Formats: sequence, C-alpha cells, structure tokens
Amino acid sequence: MFRQLTDPGVSSFHVYIDGVAAIARPGDTVAAVLLRTAPHIARHTPVKETPRAPFCLMGVCFDCLATVDDETSVQTCLVEARPGMRIERPRGKLRITL
Amino acid sequence: MTSQHDILIVGAGPAGMAAAVQMAELGLAPLVVDEQALPGGQIWRASEAARSDSLRAALGPDYAEGQARIARFRASGVAYLPGTRLWHLEPGFQVFMSKEGAAFSRKYRAVLLATGAQERPVAIPGWTLPGVMTVGAAQILLKTSAQIPDAPVWIAGSGPLPLLYMRQLLALGGRIAGYLDTTPRGQAGRVLPHALAALRGRSDLLKGLKWMRALQAEGFPWLRGVRDLRALGQERVESIAYTTADGVTHQKPASLVLLHEGVVPSIHATLAMNCDHDWSDAQGCFVPRTDEFGMTSVEGLYLAGDGAGIAGALAAEARGRIAALGIAQRLGVGSPDPALRSARRALDQRTAARPVIDALYPPPEAEIPDETVLCRCEELTAGDIRAAAKLHRGGPNQIKAYTRCGMGPCQGRQCGYGVNRILSEEYGQSRGETGFFRIRPPLKPVTLGELAALEEGREAP
Ligand code: FES
Repeated sequence: MFRQLTDPGVSSFHVYIDGVAAIARPGDTVAAVLLRTAPHIARHTPVKETPRAPFCLMGVCFDCLATVDDETSVQTCLVEARPGMRIERPRGKLRITL
Repeated sequence: MTSQHDILIVGAGPAGMAAAVQMAELGLAPLVVDEQALPGGQIWRASEAARSDSLRAALGPDYAEGQARIARFRASGVAYLPGTRLWHLEPGFQVFMSKEGAAFSRKYRAVLLATGAQERPVAIPGWTLPGVMTVGAAQILLKTSAQIPDAPVWIAGSGPLPLLYMRQLLALGGRIAGYLDTTPRGQAGRVLPHALAALRGRSDLLKGLKWMRALQAEGFPWLRGVRDLRALGQERVESIAYTTADGVTHQKPASLVLLHEGVVPSIHATLAMNCDHDWSDAQGCFVPRTDEFGMTSVEGLYLAGDGAGIAGALAAEARGRIAALGIAQRLGVGSPDPALRSARRALDQRTAARPVIDALYPPPEAEIPDETVLCRCEELTAGDIRAAAKLHRGGPNQIKAYTRCGMGPCQGRQCGYGVNRILSEEYGQSRGETGFFRIRPPLKPVTLGELAALEEGREAP
C-alpha cells in the first residue's frame, strides 16, 4: 500500500509482525510499518471480525489497535517502532472495553 | 504529591509551544505534555528529524518553519513531557495522565488545552475497508516516515489539505489516479461577500490559487462536483464508485483512497468538563465558547489553537500567546500590554482569510446512505441509527444507550457528528439543538496496569 523513500545512510532495524521480520527505521510509528507490510492491516474487529487498517494516524479512530510486546490494544500510530519489537495483529474476540 | 508547576499546557503544537514560550518570557514555569514523541503538532510533525533535500523541498516552506519554532520552544527551557496522554480532568484541576504505561495525577491552577483538531470524519459506504484512509493520515506518513502510496492513489474530498498533499506527493514521484473534488459547484457566489474582509489575509488565498493552477497543469483527472462516493471491496478496497456533475456514475479500480472534508476542533476534553459549546454553521462543528483570552466557560480552563475554532497554525500561535497572557494575568503575574496588542494584531491578520476558506469549502451536506457504517468501533450503520431514532425519540445519549453507538474506544470521535446529523434530520431540528454525546472519563482508554501505578502513588515522571 505504501513504500518508503529510503535515504541511503538511514539506519534500519527489525520488528516482528506475527513473528515475521519487517524493516523499520528511526521515526517510524508501528502503524507506518504495518501500512507497508502486506496484508497492510492492523487487526480484525472484535465485533464482526472485519479487517481494519490504520485510518487516521493521529490517535482518533482506534483502528490501528494491535498487540505490542504483549500489551494489548495499543494505538500503534502513537508508538514508535523499536528494535526487536513484537507486534501481533488481533483477530476479533478480544473485546475492547472502556 | 507536590509539583513546581501551577500551569499545565496540553499539546505541543503551534498553540502550545507559543504559549509555553510566552509564559517562559513572563517568568512562569508551565508543564507541557503531548501525546506525540516529538513537539510540533500535526502540522509540524517530525520537523526536527533529519531529511533528504528532496523531501525537505517537497514538504515546502510552511513545514520548514516548524524547525525554528520547535528550536525556540526547546530553548525556552519549559518542562516538557512527550508521549504523555491526558485521560481525565477534574474541576479544580486535578489532572490524570499516563506516560510509558504508568498513570499519574497532579493538581494545577490553570490548564491550557492546545489539543488542536482532527479531520472531519467522512462516513461513506466502505470507509472502514483497509485501503481507505484520510489525506491527513497519508500526509503524516510522509512527514514521519517519508512514506508514499506505492500505486496511483485516489484522492476524494475538499479543502486546502488535499491540494497541499497532492503537490507534495507529485514532487516526490508519487502518482495520482484522480482527484474527486466534492466541493459543491458555484461556491464563488457564496464567497464574494467575504472577499473584502479577506484582503488583509490575501497571501493565504493567493497561495491556494497558485497551488491549484500548478496542480491542474499536471494533467491527472480532476473531477469537480463529485458526489455519492463509495469504496467497494471485500477484504480491502478494490474499486471506487462516484457520480460526476453530469449525473453519470463511474466505477474505477482503486488500491488506496484518501478522504478529506476539512478539520474540526477536538472537543472531547471540553465536553467532558461541561464547557459551553456553540454550533458553527460555517465550519459544521461545535466550537467551545471562549472569552477574549481563550478562557472557556469553566474558570481557569483555557483553549488555544484549532481546538478553539479552526483557523490554522499561525492563528494558533497568536491564540497561544494570548491565552498565556490571560493565564498570567489571572495568576497575578500582570501581563504586559504591548505583547497582548501585538498578539491580537497577529490573530486578526491570521484569521482574515478564514471566512473565505470556510465559504469556499463548506461542510458536506449530502445524506449519509443507510448502508454506511457510521460507528466504526461498534460497526453500526446509518440505517441502524435512523431505525433507533424512530423507535426511541431521544438525543445522542439515548441513541448511544440503545445501540452502543459511540461506546467503543474512539468515544464517538468518528461517529459523533454523523449521529448528530442524522438525529437533526430525523427530528427536523438544528444541529446545535441536537447536541453531541456526553463524554465521560476516561478520555482515552487506560489499562489496569497504568492505574496500578496511580494506586501505589508512584512518583510522577
Ligand atoms: S490510526 Fe487512528 S488511532 Fe491510530
């Protein structure tokens, strides 16, 4: 869906999305990495299990929720990727309540 | 817990940074908290980061200005906590926040909300499909990650932001499948009455015209007066359908569709505090009522920036300075008149063109089709809301209780205006009368783990 205009010389590191290594760079949010890694989604919804991708990138839609380093329901557009981070895309069920 | 800060500034965008700098000049020591990892707000997001020359050039001079502003903010020495979410505010002001998985609470004598705006939710059929996003979201990806769509992108909507983003994208080698301009035709007539008022702010308008001409010269399809947008697909968007001004409906393959219909103030915190709000027909949103210093109807609670009504980054800075001077006066640190006069002058100048922009790009009025998902969190359609409205006559809060609409994690940030509009239409009453959801704490979801830190009374960061 998206590609990064990589600057040669900008360092990169790996994060793991559902166990698969993906390249991230300093300044990337986790949501940004998800949007350039197929299938480009963050989760399936708990209500009807429909696929969702980050939508607003500014913390107001909550469609970018994923599990980051075992913490559930993290707004991935507000979290910077760090080396070795483990990201899991939730598949329904896990209902988010306030 | 004691704190050396009497004043809390929420948000480190143009308004929050300008207020902080102004307060530092007056000898005050506010604390600035912000959700993001870096200061600058959405407009100057990641302005400090190292950039290639081509990216810098594509992002343009307005964005580049952010760097100097952020440097000034940093140099002011004001205490600043990035990555910090405000999730509850109590009168008096006891404020609850979270940073790095731990909650903390502090008391302040004055709070300045400089939390800005969000894009107006554009509820169209299929807007929940992966591959449909907002223009603002795509622009944030550009600023933070130098990231652009990997295939020709459809852009649909209205307002200055799509024009700016298309310019930036083309400059970086991105491709546009088409611009589906939803601005109603014949806006010029509505705009004329405001033209005189705008003379002082005409540089903004001229800039817009220049962008438009340059973009039209690029030769991608630019369709005007487009309506009835639909994003279609199973697991993700596969095509986009739309009706052109001649009444013909088209369907085209699409892998990415970006929507935008202007921005609206972030009002969740002021709603939760029961501040008075007024409906603005011109901007199609609620605006918290403020006095000439930006103080809301709640004593000691101030607003600055687009959260006090959409006016852009430069007006936000002026409002930030004015609010800072107002707070200083309130806390007995008398504010110098010349500073106030110059800030008010700047604000006048920076808002002069706004009525023209509002009139050029009016809020969308087309009916939301029944099949459209209105509440993204609970997956309720516009039809569900209409049915509930017929069954139990009531306001947004009753509809919320009956349907769960607005009860998900976004707390109505995506569906609130849709519900407001549908109820207004169903009951034949004004948008202002219909009102918005009542907003209860927490403003953002908080985990039990975060709360544990609060219970233990752990030291605030
Ligand atoms: S993408 Fe909307 S909250 Fe993260």
